[in-house]
Amino acid sequence: MTVRDVETAPGPPERGRPPALSARESAAWVWRQLTSMRVALVLLFMLAVAAIPGSVVPQNDINPLAVGDFRARNPALSEWYDRLGLFDVYSAPWFAAIYLALLVSLVGCILPRSVQHWRAMRAAPPAAPRRLSRMPVYRRFEVTATPGEVLDAARAELRGRRFRVAPADMPERSSAGRGGGRPKSDLWLAPPPQIAEPAERAVGLRSHRDAFVDAAESAAEFRPHLEAGRQRGGSVAAEAGHLRETGNLVFHLAVVVVLVAVAAGSLFGYRATVLVPEGSGFANSVIQFDGLSSGALFDAGDLPPFSLEVDEFDMQFVEVGPQLGTPDEFEATVRFTPEPGAAEQTRTIRVNEPLEVDGTLVHILNPGYAPEITVRDADGTVLAEGPVPFLPQDNSFTSTGVRKVPVGPESGLGEDIGIQGLFLPTAVVDDRGPRSIFPEPRNPALFLTAFHGDLGLDDGKPQSVYRLDTSGMEQFRADDGEAFRAALAVGETVQLPDGYGSVTFDGYVTWVNLQIGRNAGKEFVLAGALMALAGLLASLYVRRRRAWVRVEPGVGAATVVEIAGLQRSEGGDLEAEVDGIAEGLLGRLPAVQVARGMSRATPAGTARPDT
Amino acid sequence: MDAAALGEWSRFVVAGAIAAFIVSWLAYCAETAYRFRGRRVVPGSAGSAAVGAPAAPHLARVGGTGAAEPIGDRSAERGSEPAVAYDQAARMAGIGYSVTVLATLLLGTGVVLRALSVSRPPWGNMYEFSITAALVASIAFLTLARTRAGRALAVWVVLLVFVTLSLAVTVLYLPPGPLVPALRSYWLVVHVGAAVLAFGLFTVAAVVSALQIVAERAETRGVTSGLGASLPAATTLDRLAYRMIAIAFPIWTVGPLILGAIWAEASWGRYWGWDPKEVWALITWLAYAAFLHARATAGWKGSKASAVSLIAYGTVLFSYFGVNIVFNGLHSYGGL
Ligand code: HEM
Repeated sequence: MTVRDVETAPGPPERGRPPALSARESAAWVWRQLTSMRVALVLLFMLAVAAIPGSVVPQNDINPLAVGDFRARNPALSEWYDRLGLFDVYSAPWFAAIYLALLVSLVGCILPRSVQHWRAMRAAPPAAPRRLSRMPVYRRFEVTATPGEVLDAARAELRGRRFRVAPADMPERSSAGRGGGRPKSDLWLAPPPQIAEPAERAVGLRSHRDAFVDAAESAAEFRPHLEAGRQRGGSVAAEAGHLRETGNLVFHLAVVVVLVAVAAGSLFGYRATVLVPEGSGFANSVIQFDGLSSGALFDAGDLPPFSLEVDEFDMQFVEVGPQLGTPDEFEATVRFTPEPGAAEQTRTIRVNEPLEVDGTLVHILNPGYAPEITVRDADGTVLAEGPVPFLPQDNSFTSTGVRKVPVGPESGLGEDIGIQGLFLPTAVVDDRGPRSIFPEPRNPALFLTAFHGDLGLDDGKPQSVYRLDTSGMEQFRADDGEAFRAALAVGETVQLPDGYGSVTFDGYVTWVNLQIGRNAGKEFVLAGALMALAGLLASLYVRRRRAWVRVEPGVGAATVVEIAGLQRSEGGDLEAEVDGIAEGLLGRLPAVQVARGMSRATPAGTARPDT
Repeated sequence: MDAAALGEWSRFVVAGAIAAFIVSWLAYCAETAYRFRGRRVVPGSAGSAAVGAPAAPHLARVGGTGAAEPIGDRSAERGSEPAVAYDQAARMAGIGYSVTVLATLLLGTGVVLRALSVSRPPWGNMYEFSITAALVASIAFLTLARTRAGRALAVWVVLLVFVTLSLAVTVLYLPPGPLVPALRSYWLVVHVGAAVLAFGLFTVAAVVSALQIVAERAETRGVTSGLGASLPAATTLDRLAYRMIAIAFPIWTVGPLILGAIWAEASWGRYWGWDPKEVWALITWLAYAAFLHARATAGWKGSKASAVSLIAYGTVLFSYFGVNIVFNGLHSYGGL
């Protein structure tokens, strides 16, 4: 809500219709629309809706494999998705347009409101309306103290309750001059009470300022008669809860801080993954990463120069009960060297316990098995050996992978060999074919078939290390003409047909996919979020309210006291608060008796508590 | 007693709670039926502010904080037919309330037993989350039931609670077991705990918003009997929904968003990664922010804001059921 929503500001006379006026006026019109509450509401909604596709359609930077899968299955649809940026929703121009519009709207909303609020905080609370009895909460009683004493007590009491109290002694002025009626002050009386109508806020603020000016004028006017005025009576105006608006502004400002910090941080941050089989390691440098995504301002030279060997990667799974086979604990024991030449340290990394190096975090992402497959040629010369990481396909770690053996002409074969395998930690073969039924290696087996021909490694196209491009290859055939297949237990060897050599399943190790990343600027994001939270709490729970005390000489020695309260936001118990003010006020008066309690049940402490 | 046995007991006690909720629901249904027969007496002054009628001049002290009863002074009608209906309604409401208290105690016991059987806070999978959220909702309802506006929710909240619980013990049930490693963290306690709490409160708020729409329609049409007329004033419901959301919204901000981001950074190395669950937590947050805005925007108060609240609740349901079931993100811990 900006003031402009309410004020008939100078400019295009009819809001809502774009005027065919000068560019400047049109710009002003656009700006006014953009910073209006209604548009903020619409933009919030649009942003929420715009975020949905990103949770439905696979996203490039979250799950590229799923995107590849999706493309393969829906080529025509994918083309459209590409055009609309649906595989990269959160970096798509239309998404950016919405949140930038919201950001602009937000800033355009905060600035004028902050100025207004600043003024409002320094202005005097609006003077008492002419008829306090029309206020939603109203008390009236008589005391024997003099009007001046009551006014002082009221002021002290309201201050004690942390109300802001109008600065100077102000003689009663509502009846004095200006034709009595105070249309402006009455403006905010028009709606039914007890509602916190931000729509009315601006009006309230305006009348507020006017009231201040009026009050100052009348104070000057009446100064010579001040003391006489005091004895004739007067009123105290007070207001509390400006913290609400402050909180609201802080909240919105903090939202901006968070958004900016996230955006800026992503420019400097990076995230990389490395798949490390047990027993190997890596050095933290770009060439060793399997994948790297980084912000535009990321500098590879900033990478902390550590290196790390995974000595052991241990996976445990639930062994009994209904959750059989679900992960129980993953733990990597690593030897860690902070920088070249430094002393080696042994550390452990667990799922919720990353290793932290200089603001860079090393996390366990996901695990798997790497069977050790040795391929020999017919002479027994080793062509390839060591663990090859296989990708788990299900929760029981039925894993697939390949061993690629590019055989140069010097080996005498003249053809590449490709082994396509299925690693099963706990193998069974049933009518659904070979599969694993438990993720821990209880009955490890390697099912494989093999191809010969051209792996396609030389044509420069990047290839998956988990898949075989069989377009240039031919599957080995067994003697009976069937496709060649074998099932190996640990230690077993199978001969490839036609004297191509042999394949041995030597064993297996585990692998762990580690993520190395730095979230630049996260401290700012967190600070912004906490600031937003604090602002939000103030904005939701602080109540804005006004209170007035008016004192008039009554019959004889009695003084009539009227107290009224007006709630300008929801919640709380203003009735009780006004009762409290009445009670406190009485408590501050010199020992006097309440002459007559009237209207509402007299405040509980009618007699002074300490007499 | 071992974990499995405790788990069985817990399920048993929760089933008992469901039975009790059904009984209380029937009682509340009867209450509502009696209420329908009552006449709505359009109050003279405050209360029916739906059309923004200017408040009558408040002479001395007039209840201005909005607790004005929308239904006329019933004692004046004592002996007449509607009055008899009101007496019956009151009796049924009493029964419903007592049984709801009993059901809530049973449910609380079931939740505690579940927690004991798994030795952690009972919100590690969808089953546990559901029973705990149902407990939050029923406690929130019992708290509200001390006011008239709160009592008007009875049938609907109890209905939602027992539907949720029935789903939980049948479709979502998982025997006690350990958590996947990623969930074994004290962040689970606060992050998911806050989500459960907010979920329960949003649920009750959604019921209030739905009733607000019904009440506002009844008021604008001047309906004098039936559901609409038996409800508290639309403005009262509006305010009630706002208050509940004003409590739940910061909880959602802290739990799913801020603590979620902190945990995500500890667990996955990034504080925000557009995982479907994260996206939906954000969507929910934006939707409720839109609700808070709607209530502050001229022309959007009342039933329009309530509609926004219902849409927002739809996103809550989706971030909970939809994301766990439909998507396969990092947050797939539902146990389905
Ligand atoms: C990212 C965008 C925004 C978010 C997340 C957001 C969120 C919120 C929330 C949660 C509240 C509730 C706090 C309260 O009731 O006091 C609120 C209130 C408010 N917002 Fe925003 N807001 C956004 C943008 C804007 C914009 C662009 C404007 C300006 C047109 C705006 C103006 C207001 C105003 C005036 C209130 C006070 C309403 C009242 O007093 O109840 N907000 N906002």
